Amino acid sequence: MAKGYSIFSLAKHALRPSEPWPEAWEKPVPKSSYDVIIIGGGGHGLATAYYLAKDHGVKNIAVLEKSYIGSGNVGRNTTLIRSNYMIGGNTAFFEKSMQLWEGLSHELNFNCMVSHRGQMTLAVSPGQVDAFARRGNTMRLNGIDAELLDRNEVMKELPYLDFSKEARFPIHGAIHQPRAGTVRHDAVAWGYARAASQLGVHIIENCEVSAILRDGDKVVGVETSRGKILSNKIGIAVAGHTSHVAAMAGLRLPVESHILQAFVTEPVKPIVHHVVSWGAELFYLSQSDKGGMVFGGHIDGFNTYTQRGQFHRIQNVMECATTLLPFMSRMRLLRHWGGIQDMTPDGSPFICKTPIDGLYLNGGWCYQGFKATPASGTTFAYMIANDQEHELTGGFSLDRFEKGKELDEYGIGNWIYKQ
Amino acid sequence: MRIPCPHCGERDVAEFRYGGDASNVRPSHGSGDLKQWHDYKFIFDNPQGPHLEYWQHVYGCRQWFKLNRNTATNEIVGGER
Ligand SMILES: Cc1cc2nc3c(=O)[nH]c(=O)nc-3n(C[C@H](O)[C@H](O)[C@H](O)COP(=O)(O)OP(=O)(O)OC[C@H]3O[C@@H](n4cnc5c(N)ncnc54)[C@H](O)[C@@H]3O)c2cc1C
Ligand SMILES: [Zn+2]
Repeated sequence: MAKGYSIFSLAKHALRPSEPWPEAWEKPVPKSSYDVIIIGGGGHGLATAYYLAKDHGVKNIAVLEKSYIGSGNVGRNTTLIRSNYMIGGNTAFFEKSMQLWEGLSHELNFNCMVSHRGQMTLAVSPGQVDAFARRGNTMRLNGIDAELLDRNEVMKELPYLDFSKEARFPIHGAIHQPRAGTVRHDAVAWGYARAASQLGVHIIENCEVSAILRDGDKVVGVETSRGKILSNKIGIAVAGHTSHVAAMAGLRLPVESHILQAFVTEPVKPIVHHVVSWGAELFYLSQSDKGGMVFGGHIDGFNTYTQRGQFHRIQNVMECATTLLPFMSRMRLLRHWGGIQDMTPDGSPFICKTPIDGLYLNGGWCYQGFKATPASGTTFAYMIANDQEHELTGGFSLDRFEKGKELDEYGIGNWIYKQ
Repeated sequence: MRIPCPHCGERDVAEFRYGGDASNVRPSHGSGDLKQWHDYKFIFDNPQGPHLEYWQHVYGCRQWFKLNRNTATNEIVGGER
C-alpha cells in the first residue's frame, strides 16, 4: 500500500511509469465484528472513522459503503467551503471546519487542493447591505474574517457582473469572506479513506446495510449484502438516505430526501477568481482549476430518491447565471448531475445520539455538508468514542423542534417549499 | 416530470407547487397535545417508494390535490381530488 506521498515517490513513479501506483486504501474482507461500525463511506463517514482511529485510539473500525468510495454527494457537490454563519449553534462549528480545512492536505498527506479564493455574496438592496453588515459583525466578533464591500469595490473585483442601469437586480455591495473558497471534493474522500486505512480502518465497499440489529434498546450489529456484522456502536452517515437507514432501527426523523442539481460549463480562461453567490436567489458559482464554471441553485423541491433533475430547475438556474453574469449566456453547458440530500425543516444538520443505545446519527446536511466534513468527522468521532456530545454540536439535536430551538440560519429548510 | 391535475389534465411539473406528505393526519382543532402537533409538522416517513403527497396547481386552476407518486422512480400512480 502507498505509505507517504512525496516528491520522491512522485519521481520514482515518473521514472518507472510501467509500475502502477499501489492502491490508496486496502480492500479487506469484512470481519464478523468491530468496535465501531460507520454506515456510509461518504466524506462524513470516512472522516469520522479517521478521527476515531487517530484522536481516540479506536483500533477496530469498519466503514460500510453500499457502492464505491466517492459515489455519493462527496463527489457530486459544488465544492464550496465557507464559515459565514451567525446563529449560535452554527458559527463556531463551521469555523472549526474552516480551520481544519486549512491544514487538511498536510494532515492527510494528500493534496486536497484547498483554495482560499474568497467568497463574494452580492447584496441587491440597501436592506440586504445592512443585513450583511450585521452578519459580518457577528462573524468578526467570533474571530471569523469578513469585510463589507460597496458597489465600487465590487465592480473592481468582479467587473464581469451586470452593473448596467437596466440590471434587474442592481448590485449594492457584497460581503466578502477571504478564507472561503473551494476544495477538490474527490480528494477529500480519497484522502480520508487512505489516511484511515493506514490507521487500520476497514473500508468495505459494495456492502449495503439492510437491517440494524437490536437487543432491546441497544444496537448489536447490522445485516449487510456481505453478511451479518456485529458491533455495539454504530454511526449513521448516509447523507440523502438518512430516513431510510434510520427506519431500519425504527426511527422516524424530521428529514425529507430531495434532489439538488449541479452544472459545469466548457472550460475557459480564468475570469471568475472568487466564489460568487447572490442575494437575489440561491445561486453560487466558482470557476474550477480546469476552467469550467461550476454552479448550482435550489433543490428541485419535492421528495425524490432519483438522481435525475427536472428541466424547470435547470432553466431557473440558467436564468440566475445569465442575469448575474451576462457572459454566461455565451457559454455551453458541458454536464449536469444531481445528488440526493436530506433536507431538515430548519436547514440545519443532526450530530446526535438517538433513543437507541449505541446508535449515533450524523445527517440532515441539506446544502451545507461538504464544508462541514472535517468538523463533522471530528465531533461525531468524539461523540461515538465518549458517548457524549461535543461542545460544538449541542445545537444539532433531534429534539430541537420540540423545544423551539430551530437553527434556521438562512431559511432554506424544507419548510419553505410548503408555505 | 408531468403531473396529472385532476381538474386540468396533465401538465409540466413547473406549473405546480409541492405540499409534502399527505398521509400525516392533522391534529383536530383545539388539540393542545404538542407532541402530536410536532409529529404532524416535523416528522416524515420519507419513504423510498410509493408516497401520497399534496400538490397545488399554482399556474393553473390553483386547486390543491393529492398525488400518489413513487419517490424511487418519480412514476405517478394516480391523483385524487
Ligand atoms: C449537487 C450538490 C451540490 C452541493 N454543493 C455543496 C457545496 O458547495 N458545499 C457544501 O458544503 N455542501 C454541498 N453539498 C452538500 C454535500 O455534498 C453533502 O451534504 C455531503 O457530501 C453529505 O455527506 P457525505 O459526504 O458523507 O455524503 P455521501 O458522499 O452521499 O455519503 C453517504 C454514503 O452513504 C452510502 N449509503 C447510503 N445508504 C447506505 C446503506 N444502506 N448501506 C451502506 N452505505 C449506504 C451512500 O452510498 C454514500 O456513499 C452539495 C450537495 C449536492 C447534491
Ligand atoms: Zn389544475
